[in-house]
Amino acid sequence: MAKEQLVKPIGGPPSEVEHIKIESNYLRGALVETLKNPITGGLPEDDNRLLKFHGSYMQDDRDLRNERERQKLEPAFQFMLRVVLPSGVATSQQWLAMDGLAHKYGNGTLRLTTRQTFQMHGILKWNLKPTLKKINDELMTTLAACGDVNRNVMCSPNPFQSDHHGEVSHWARQVNDHLAPRTRAYHEIWLDGEKVVDGQQDGAEVEPIYGPVYLPRKFKIGFAIPPYNDVDVFSQDIGYIAVIEEGKLKGFNISVGGGMGMSHGDTTTYPQLGKVIGFCPPERIVALAEKTIMIQRDYGNRSIRKNARFKYTIDRHGIEWFKEELQNRLGWQLEDVRPYQFENNGDRYGWLKGSNGKWNLTLYIQSGRIDDQEGYPLMTGLREIAKVHTGDFRITPNQNLIIGNVTSQKKRKITELAEQYGLTDGAHLSALRRSSLSCVSLPTCGLAMAEAERYLPSLIDKLEPIINEAGLRDKEINIRMTGCPNGCARPALGEISFIGKALGKYNMYMGAGHAGERLNKLYRENIDETEILDTLRPIISQYAKERDAGEHFGDFVIRAGYVKAVHDGQEFHN
Amino acid sequence: MQLQVTNSPFNQEQVELLNRLLPTLTESQQIWLTGYMFARQASAGTPTIGDAILAASEAPSTQVIEAVNQAPAASREVTILFGSQTGNCQRLAAGVARKLEEQGMQVTVAAMNKFKMNGLKKVENLLVIASTHGEGEPPDNARALHELLYSKRAPQFDNLFFSVLGLGDTSYEFFCQTGKDFDQRLEELGGKRLSPRVDCDLDYDESVAAWTAQVISALNERLSGASSTGAATVQGAGVEAVVAQSAYSRSNPFKAEVLANLNLNGRGSDRETRHLELSLEGSDLSYEPGDSLGIYPENHPELVDAIIKELNFNPDENVAINKNGDQGTLRDALLKHYEISVLTKPLLTQAAELSANPALSELLAPGKEQELKAYASGRDLLDLVQDFAPWKATASSLTSILRKLPARLYSIASSFKANEDEVHLTIRAVRYEAHGRDRYGVCSIHCADRIQPGDSLPIYIQQNPNFKLPSNPDVPVIMIGPGTGVAPFRSFLEEREELGAEGKTWLFYGDRHFVTDFLYQTDWQRMLKDGVLTKLDVAFSRDMEEKVYVQQRVLENSKELYTWLQEGAHVYICGDEKHMAHDVHSALLTVIQQEGSLSGEEAAAYLDNMQEQQRYQRDVY
Repeated sequence: MAKEQLVKPIGGPPSEVEHIKIESNYLRGALVETLKNPITGGLPEDDNRLLKFHGSYMQDDRDLRNERERQKLEPAFQFMLRVVLPSGVATSQQWLAMDGLAHKYGNGTLRLTTRQTFQMHGILKWNLKPTLKKINDELMTTLAACGDVNRNVMCSPNPFQSDHHGEVSHWARQVNDHLAPRTRAYHEIWLDGEKVVDGQQDGAEVEPIYGPVYLPRKFKIGFAIPPYNDVDVFSQDIGYIAVIEEGKLKGFNISVGGGMGMSHGDTTTYPQLGKVIGFCPPERIVALAEKTIMIQRDYGNRSIRKNARFKYTIDRHGIEWFKEELQNRLGWQLEDVRPYQFENNGDRYGWLKGSNGKWNLTLYIQSGRIDDQEGYPLMTGLREIAKVHTGDFRITPNQNLIIGNVTSQKKRKITELAEQYGLTDGAHLSALRRSSLSCVSLPTCGLAMAEAERYLPSLIDKLEPIINEAGLRDKEINIRMTGCPNGCARPALGEISFIGKALGKYNMYMGAGHAGERLNKLYRENIDETEILDTLRPIISQYAKERDAGEHFGDFVIRAGYVKAVHDGQEFHN
Repeated sequence: MQLQVTNSPFNQEQVELLNRLLPTLTESQQIWLTGYMFARQASAGTPTIGDAILAASEAPSTQVIEAVNQAPAASREVTILFGSQTGNCQRLAAGVARKLEEQGMQVTVAAMNKFKMNGLKKVENLLVIASTHGEGEPPDNARALHELLYSKRAPQFDNLFFSVLGLGDTSYEFFCQTGKDFDQRLEELGGKRLSPRVDCDLDYDESVAAWTAQVISALNERLSGASSTGAATVQGAGVEAVVAQSAYSRSNPFKAEVLANLNLNGRGSDRETRHLELSLEGSDLSYEPGDSLGIYPENHPELVDAIIKELNFNPDENVAINKNGDQGTLRDALLKHYEISVLTKPLLTQAAELSANPALSELLAPGKEQELKAYASGRDLLDLVQDFAPWKATASSLTSILRKLPARLYSIASSFKANEDEVHLTIRAVRYEAHGRDRYGVCSIHCADRIQPGDSLPIYIQQNPNFKLPSNPDVPVIMIGPGTGVAPFRSFLEEREELGAEGKTWLFYGDRHFVTDFLYQTDWQRMLKDGVLTKLDVAFSRDMEEKVYVQQRVLENSKELYTWLQEGAHVYICGDEKHMAHDVHSALLTVIQQEGSLSGEEAAAYLDNMQEQQRYQRDVY
């Protein structure tokens, strides 16, 4: 009892969003009416908050905001739509459906996200419903792609260990599906489903895991298959690290309490690495996820949203408390952590043969953007491949794409098509570029303070001569950029990272582990492009000359004294 | 007793109507009708022009009776009937009335649809001033009279003396057709011409003055024996208001400074619509919602230079820039004073004299009207000088055959009360390709491409008494204005907001794309939020697979719309005449027929009645 007294959910009045959620009648709000209002292409704030749970954000083209205001036009409201695609695996038919929707209702492009799913931009309010309907017709959903719920469950797309990938991604799907919200609101609003009066039911019946107010904040789960940490397993609220012994999946080491987001200038917010608390066999991981989420539901901060992520709940109460609370709720004990080893968090490009005898082609996709550009008809090429491809498409956590499970007979055809449309494994590009990651940012993201997707490639253009001169063209250095500190491109895990502060100004971080096992640290604040280049030039040159054999850039900058190593997010600001 | 032609003073048609009506009357209706007929006869007095009850629908009935009683039985009475869409003819009618009044004549001025048809037979001196629209059609308020005169019910005008002034534009095939129709028909029905009809082109001032002089002298001659009694009875709302207080006018335009000039269409639109804000400071000009603004534009400099180059003229050569003989350079004359963007038949006829190429005369030969029409369509002076070279023209002989560059009228998009000393316009930029060359709307492109804030434009106010908010601020208004047709409704709503009017308002708007073409979107959103605008229905034709237009929205809302009509709502349509106004008119008829359980004819009568009461007004082009 004494312990229960010690550990209480944090006080303070619930935030505004909590009110919106509880009054929404399980995510309905006034969406049916406000979606129909023909006078505005936008939604009122309350309904926009709820729409996120349905997989969409209202955005506007920020490039046009001021201009349109003068023109007596409302902002160019449009919607981002995110799919739930557990493990990032899609069929050819699903690929073609998304391609078609992007052209019919979106801005003609698709975005592969750092959480291994599709994002579409530029959808008008009136086109949301037909778009969602088509996505559901193709056996995908958008429910819980955003919002204060468990998000798309990630899983290493590991192209070598085909059997393990199949098995692990099966578990990823189990977890994903079990944690999906159960409200009928989604079906009613988008799929013309029959209206069910949820309000008359007990909250526990409608949402047995989440309850009527859902989680205090988003929740993220990822599965890694060592030695590849491409999912950045320590950035997840729950990270499952596959343990394979004697060629068999034995179970998972459990990491909890990771997360990337923070707010500039607020040291109560910080990125954090997950802590590995034990091991459990596969058949127990669904229950473990459920109970973990329910603990966060009960103890998370519902008063201040920026302190509401699970990582803060754990840091507030201590990892031991959490482990005990979890085991109590589960009714069983976690086993001891099994040994594991990560080597890197990047992708392996080009053709690779899996253990099932089938082939996988990993393509380099700059910033995850699928579009057709002058001389580089990527989107058309992938569409042509999807028309003949009988395997799968796998979106990687690094925003790249694997044409997966290609039979030997089809390999030649796929190779021909890839060549015909100039699709590339990036072999001709610098390793720096191939190891780059950026969020969408301007012009659509409402949170963006600076450019990311539109700017990082040109910054790399300017870094490459420095890299080349230093003889590091083939050296993988993770470089990441986000337009704000919320962390969509997992910037706290970049060996070099930039987080936007204002247009053209970034905070620069260095020193994360090459395998995602250590956070980076702020090195320079508010610097522009010239300062970025001037800052990095001598460091890169020194790294080229003074690095130990096999030493990664992130490790070197710590050894050379540029930044201190950060193993716990609570030291991030020290 | 069943009425028959043989046992009553009525004709067959009247007999039928009465036989249909009388059996349906209740006892109290019969008593009421008896009293009404008696009183009507008593107040009518001597049957004279006084039967012409001309007051606007808002005029209290006592005033009407007064007007009737005052009408003297003198033979120096002149009736001026105008048929006007934009208010031009109405303004001219008032001017002519003043001139006749100075001659000591008793003048009655009325819109054609405000004049009691059975009074027409008794009119002795009739002046008709009528404009022509579209494909030779009469303006809205002339339609009923036009129809009557061409119907079997048309009266004989054996005692009538008349003269017609027609307004039109020679670039249209059916130039001044309405004026011609009235002129011909009145003669066929027994009328005698006081003076010949005059057809006016866009530049009408001189022709109007000439016609007025002819009419006055003919009237004076005819009426030389009659006594002069004085004042004119100028009736109908808005006529007095026409008397401008400002020194500036159509013939003396004010140079208004441009305060703002921006494109209302968002990026990515295939349209461009300019929002112009002009300063009226120092002009003493003011306007009412529904009025228009005339702008004297300049021709496209590239077109001017190309014409001069083609003819190998000296751009600095002096030529007459108007009929008063004022001089200017050729380039200036073509830029600012003469019309060069349209080919009219009179222009082609005169040009044939100047062309050494026989092809032009051949084109003008009788029997080739269709070819001529096809040639003139979409072509300009540059085409003419290119197609029919060589020329034996001089710069002066060329400019002497050109029409004066006319002003362009735009419905005002602001309320004067809400924007002191400002006037806002909504102008769609007209650009298209025809006959292998890019073509530009003269005024719209002048404003879009060559006018910056700080520049000035010569402007004047053109009142439009036929497009006015109800004087009662509580009366609901329904406004249907897709595209730039929405302009006057911004003025209406700003006015109602400024006045704190309580009446309900309902706007129907449409264009191609929601995202880029929703003109004044944030204005409407604000007005909806503040309650100035009660209801807004929109139709964007190119956003959905199936095209939707405002008339569909009208039909979808038929029940509520009819309720508004029954509550006395005024309906306004502004914009494209050919398609939109016609389709909306049909939609309104359907709504009335369907919701009022009326026959097609009854629905038409319902709408006619609304039009007569000025509850159905259109500003279409």
